[in-house]
Amino acid sequence: MIRLEPRKDVSPAMAYLAPALAVLVTACAGTLIFAALGKDPIEAMRLFFIQPLGDWFSISEMIVKATPLILIAIGLSFGFRAGVWNIGAEGQFTLGALAGGATALALYDVAGYWVLPLMCITGALAGMAWAAIPALLRTRFNANEILVTLMLSYVAVLLLSVLIHGALKDPEGMNFPESRLFHDSATLPILFEGTRAHIGFLAALAVVGIAWFTLGRHIFGFQVKVMGQAPRAARFGGFIENRVIWFSLLLSGALAGLAGVFEAAGPVGQLVPALPVGYGFTAIIVAFLGRLQPVGIVIAGFVMALTYIGGETAQIEMNLPSAITGVFQGMFLFSLLGIDVFARYRLRWGKSSAQTAKG
Amino acid sequence: MDLLQAILQGVIVASTPLVFAALGEVVTERSGVLNLGVEGMMIMGAVAGFAITLDSGSYFAGILGAALAGALAASVFGLLTQFLMSNQVATGLALTIFGLGVAALIGQGYSGETTPALPVLPIPLLSEIPFIGPILFVHDPLVYLSVVMVVGVTLFLNRTRAGLILKAVGDNHDAAHAIGYRVVMVRMAAIAFGGACAGLGGAYLSIVQTPLWVENMTAGRGWIALAIVVFSAWRPARALMGAYLFGGVTLIQLHIQGLGIEIASQYLSMLPYLVTILVLTVISYDKTRAKLNAPACLGRSFYASS
Repeated sequence: MIRLEPRKDVSPAMAYLAPALAVLVTACAGTLIFAALGKDPIEAMRLFFIQPLGDWFSISEMIVKATPLILIAIGLSFGFRAGVWNIGAEGQFTLGALAGGATALALYDVAGYWVLPLMCITGALAGMAWAAIPALLRTRFNANEILVTLMLSYVAVLLLSVLIHGALKDPEGMNFPESRLFHDSATLPILFEGTRAHIGFLAALAVVGIAWFTLGRHIFGFQVKVMGQAPRAARFGGFIENRVIWFSLLLSGALAGLAGVFEAAGPVGQLVPALPVGYGFTAIIVAFLGRLQPVGIVIAGFVMALTYIGGETAQIEMNLPSAITGVFQGMFLFSLLGIDVFARYRLRWGKSSAQTAKG
Repeated sequence: MDLLQAILQGVIVASTPLVFAALGEVVTERSGVLNLGVEGMMIMGAVAGFAITLDSGSYFAGILGAALAGALAASVFGLLTQFLMSNQVATGLALTIFGLGVAALIGQGYSGETTPALPVLPIPLLSEIPFIGPILFVHDPLVYLSVVMVVGVTLFLNRTRAGLILKAVGDNHDAAHAIGYRVVMVRMAAIAFGGACAGLGGAYLSIVQTPLWVENMTAGRGWIALAIVVFSAWRPARALMGAYLFGGVTLIQLHIQGLGIEIASQYLSMLPYLVTILVLTVISYDKTRAKLNAPACLGRSFYASS
C-alpha cells in the first residue's frame, strides 16, 4: 500500500521543483482538454505555449501582462505568508486605476513631468484606502478578510462603472461609457519602440528588489514569516498581530492600486468599464506559483502572462473561447497545490512500523 | 395577487440559489472543511443544468446533472485537500477560478438559448390559504426541495448517529479518528454533498430564475453563500433565514429601480455586497461567540499519524 509519511523538514528541492512539475502536469492535462475539444492537441499546445515565445511583439505583450501580475503578487505574498488572505486585489486595482485616472483627467492638458508620479501616488493611496476597510473590519470587528475583500471588489467594479457613465465620461465621446484618452503627460513612456511595454515594468522590478530585501534582511519580513508559520509563537514573541494584518493589507492594496494606474496610463490609455480583467485574481496564482518568493514571482508572472497570450492566440487561430485561459490557470494552481504535498511528505510503500506494531 | 404578495413570493425565488449553496456549505464546514470554491461549483451546476435540460428536454435530468457536476467539482477539491493535504483556502480559490473557466468553455455554445422555465406546482389546499398561500405554496418543485432539504439536514445533524459523527469529525478530528471513525471518508462525503447542493443552486439560477446561460452568471452568489454560513452560526434553519434576507435585499434593489427613484442602477447593485459586509461585521464582532459556534477544526488538515 502506498502512503505518505511526514518529512522532518520541508524538502527544499521538492519545493522548488513543484512549480516546474505543475507546469508539466498542466501541459499534460491541457493536451487532454484540447483533444476532448476536437483540436489537434500537439498543435494547440504549440500555439498556446511555444509560439508566443517566438516573436518579439508577443514577448513585449507578455511584459505588458506580467507587470500588473508581478506587482500585485508581490503585495499579496506578504499577506499570504502571514495568513492574511487578501483576495480582493481586483478591487484595489480598480480603485487605483480610478483614482489615478481621475487625477489624469482633472489635470487634462496640464503638461509636466510631475503628473505621472502624482497619478501613481493617488492610485496607490486609493488602493490602500480600499484595503484599509477589510483591515479595519478584521482588526476591530473580527470580520473575515477573505469575504470582505472579495465583496469590495464587486463594489469597486460597479463604482468604476458609475463614474465612467457619469462624472468621468468623455464630454465629446457621443455618450459612450468611456473617459477621454489620457494626454501625453499622463501616459507612461514606452520601453521599446513599437510595443506596448511601458516603464511600469521597471517599477515592478524595483518593487521586487525591495521586497526581496525586506523579506530576507529586515525584521518585518521575519515577523511576517513567524506569524504565518507559528502564530502562537508570534504572539508570545510579542509581535503585534494587528500590525501585521494592517501592514500586509495596506501594502498589497497600494501595490494593486499602482498596478491599476499603470494599466490605465499604460496599455489602455483611458478609463473603460472593462479595465479590470482579472489580474487581481490571477495574481493569487502567481504568488503561489512563485512560492511567495520575490524572484519566483517574477518567473511565475511571466508563465501566467503566457497563458493570457496563449489564450488569445488560441482564440484567434483555433476559435477557442478565451475562457480557456481561466481553465489553464485553475489547473496550474490545482496541480501545484497537489504536488506540494511531496515537499512536506514522502511516499512510502508498505505499512509503517507503527501500523505493523499495532497489528 | 397584490404587490406585497408578489414581492414576498419573488424574495423566495431570488433566495433559493443561496439556500441550496449555503445549506451545502453548512454541512461541509460542520465536518471541519472550509471550501471556498462555492462560486465555482455553483457555476458548474448552472452550466451543466442548463446544457443538459436544453439537450435532453428533461428538467429532471438537468437538475440531477447539475448536482452531479457540483459534486464532481467538489470531489477534485476533496481529493486535493483530504488526500494530498493541500491548503484549503488556496484550493478553494483554485476551484472557483477553474470552475468559472470550465463553465464558460462548456457554455460557449449555449449562450443566447433559452428553455421554458420550470413549471410552477401549487400545493393543493395549502395554496388556497388567504394571503400566505400564494406566497409560500405556489412555487416550482425546487423551492419545496430546498425547504425539505433544510429540514432534512437539521434532523440529520441533530437526530442521527451519522450526523453526530460528522459533527465530531468537524470539532475534533484527532479524537474522532482515535475512536475509529474514518475522518477522511466522512469529510469527502460532506464535501461532495456541499458540491451537489451548490450545483443545485446554480441550476436554479440557469433553469428557473433567468432561464438562460450567461458567462459569470453567479455574480458572487457563491461568496455571499459563504457569508450566510457565518451568519447562520452553522445552523441550517438560520442559513435559510439568512438566504431569504439576502434575497430580499436583491429584490428590493430591483423594486427601487421600478419605482423610478433617481439613482444610478450600479449603486443599487452594490447593495447585496455591502449588506454582506455589514452583516458579517456585526455577526463577527463578538469574538468568543463566533469562536464557540464555528466547528473547532474548520480549515485544518487532518493527517492520521497512526
